[in-house]
Amino acid sequence: MIQNGPYNEKVMDHFRNPRNVGVLENPDGVGTAGNPVCGDIMEISIQVEDDVIKDVRFRTFGCGAAIATSSMVTELVKNKTIDEALAVSNRAVAEALGGLPPIKMHCSVLAEEALRSAIDDFRRRQGKP
Amino acid sequence: MDTKPIYLDHAATTPVAPEVIQAMLPYLEGAYGNASSLHSFGQEAKAAVEAARTRIASFMGARPEEIVFTSGGTESDNFIIKGIALSRRDRGNHLITSSIEHHAVLETCDFLRKQGVSVTLLPVDSNGLVDPDDVRKAITNKTILISIMHGNNEIGTIEPIAEIGSIAREHGVAFHTDAVQTFGHIPIDVNELKVDFLSASAHKLHGPKGVGLAYIRKGMKITPLLHGGDQEKRRRASTLNVPGIVGFGRAVELADASIHAESSRQSALRDRLIEGLLSSIGDTRLNGHPVRRLPNNANLSFAFVEGEGLLLSLDMEDIAVSTGSACTSSSLEPSHVLKAIGVPVELAHGSLRFTLGRDTTREDIDRVLQVMPGIVHRLRAMSPLVRKGAVS
Repeated sequence: MIQNGPYNEKVMDHFRNPRNVGVLENPDGVGTAGNPVCGDIMEISIQVEDDVIKDVRFRTFGCGAAIATSSMVTELVKNKTIDEALAVSNRAVAEALGGLPPIKMHCSVLAEEALRSAIDDFRRRQGKP
Repeated sequence: MDTKPIYLDHAATTPVAPEVIQAMLPYLEGAYGNASSLHSFGQEAKAAVEAARTRIASFMGARPEEIVFTSGGTESDNFIIKGIALSRRDRGNHLITSSIEHHAVLETCDFLRKQGVSVTLLPVDSNGLVDPDDVRKAITNKTILISIMHGNNEIGTIEPIAEIGSIAREHGVAFHTDAVQTFGHIPIDVNELKVDFLSASAHKLHGPKGVGLAYIRKGMKITPLLHGGDQEKRRRASTLNVPGIVGFGRAVELADASIHAESSRQSALRDRLIEGLLSSIGDTRLNGHPVRRLPNNANLSFAFVEGEGLLLSLDMEDIAVSTGSACTSSSLEPSHVLKAIGVPVELAHGSLRFTLGRDTTREDIDRVLQVMPGIVHRLRAMSPLVRKGAVS
């Protein structure tokens, strides 16, 4: 196995054992970011109760960093209020993973975008702006 | 895990053969002379260099004086293309090459384009083949060089070099082939291939890194890239890399001794790998020509997943491969070669290149076949593209 690979052990852990993979059966919001042509697409679905993200799932087509950032963002927002979740920045995701190679920082941006898109969808369904 | 690491990235580089190391050692230890020196230290080094030159020339049907040692494939490509563009400036300013060349050729052509040289990039068909007729049609009275690679480094397609060579000769245009991937892997004869220039690199055939060659047909004038001393008949200044050249010579000798047996052995393993992957994993396609391909190259695209995830997963199994995509480089663009053969971009992102070597065994291939379905399955289970129907 790569001893000095492109990613640190935390990123590799999330790549090997991604948390919260899949699609929620009855989601309150679903969002995507990226597109397959660029080589990254993330989909996040959330279940919200009393303004708290009770459950969250992701599916990602992308590189190791894309999978790890998706996994990490689901961990960071689970059981958080919508406002707390919205405060999770791409930088926070990358930091929680112990850092990403500079060329992979865009993956953390996608993770943030997919999450925001899911929250937007939730608010739309709630009839809120 | 107690398994033996499996290296299937021989197109990137190969392990140096123990015999090559043994051949090089005397020239790193005692025989350290400069091959240009007149004393016995220098002459000993010079004799070793000339023996390697003769050995390599005979392997490729060339004369020893037609071989210029360089630092590798990239330098040879730069030297030949820039050298011809400069030496034939008064005859024309048009180059013909293909869209699937190695970056050492494409970027060199691009550099020359910025200097006012015009460049025709020929397309390839869906198998990666250049149509010799396209070459013929592209030739103008300003064309000074045609450069078409022998075997493609990504998809393994072997180009119709001899046919293109005939066309180049009919029109009196110089012809170069980048043979970095074929040299030492399939028999090469510069007269049968009808090439005037050829690039090769030692480290792709179990030789050392940092040494290669430029074949320059007798009578072909070329402007040097490196100016300085009189080495290599003033075609390439710089103290000769004596241990490297000796190692290159020994590597060619070893390759020559088993070239037919190895190319058929590796071709059989390659086909076992390709057929095994295509039959055990759905929505998978082979890239490159099904038959006219390098004996050691298998390049496949796995729909709905991304190549780097596959690469990392295989690495966790101690299997080293390469992605068809440039995901880990500074560019996020998928491979220009896969694009040129018409692989849809999202599919190109899910490509892997397996390249075999002399050290590859049937057990290695079978272990890849054993782990790949599970790896692809795991990543597909995570992929949002799966439900959107077949990509291929």
